[in-house]
Amino acid sequence: MTIKAKTKMTSDGKVQVKMLIKHPMETGQRKDRKTGKPIPAHFVEIVTCHWQDKEMVRAHWGPAISKNPYLSFKISGPQAGETLTLRWSDNQGKSGEQLSEIS
Amino acid sequence: MKTIELQRRKVLKGALATSLVTLAASWGMLGNIAHAARPQMAFDADDVDGTLKALFGEDGIQDSESIIVKGPEIAENGAVVPIKVTANMDDAQSIAILVPENPAPMVASFDLQPGVVPQVSVRIKMGKTSDVIALVRSNGQVYRGVKEVKVTIGGCGG
Repeated sequence: MTIKAKTKMTSDGKVQVKMLIKHPMETGQRKDRKTGKPIPAHFVEIVTCHWQDKEMVRAHWGPAISKNPYLSFKISGPQAGETLTLRWSDNQGKSGEQLSEIS
Repeated sequence: MKTIELQRRKVLKGALATSLVTLAASWGMLGNIAHAARPQMAFDADDVDGTLKALFGEDGIQDSESIIVKGPEIAENGAVVPIKVTANMDDAQSIAILVPENPAPMVASFDLQPGVVPQVSVRIKMGKTSDVIALVRSNGQVYRGVKEVKVTIGGCGG
């Protein structure tokens, strides 16, 4: 469960953030085909993007976000060379963080 | 005696105001001042009315051409449907995405600080053909944009 992130200045002077989190995003409604047992829900609940210790974006997700979630958005303010901090946490208490330098 | 009575009133008024602010903050009504807590009730709701009530209370919702929901006309695989929501308005504080035909309509919500362009792209699961609804809160109003996506193979079962 890792984040791949690209943060890039665009021609309009804004920063395009694109991120991909490796995560199963289990809904809790599926059953194991072999055993017939339900597969427990396991999904990312929160994703945040910080710039200079300020939280710019906070995403609240449910299990209807696809497996290996993709998210992109644009921010104005940050400049090339600065760093954005991307974090996620899931309903099982797992979490991850990725720093991304703006290019 | 009179001044004491007045002071007592002031104190009471102050306490009331403080508790109201705390209450408003805990409900996420202060938007950009306090970060809204996770709208868990909205995620738990199993119909659109319940979801909207959990998100916006009794606030009226207005259809708006400024809210653009982009997605495929036909999604062959409901497990991965790319959706892009754009709010062509200043000061959008949050964007929520709902799929009414899913077992739980609430898909996601995004709290945005000033400086964030009110546009998000995500990939979502759709159980069957449904509208995809985007709700944007801006300046105390809630605006709605809709797009129907036809789903060939649903993406919630397995």
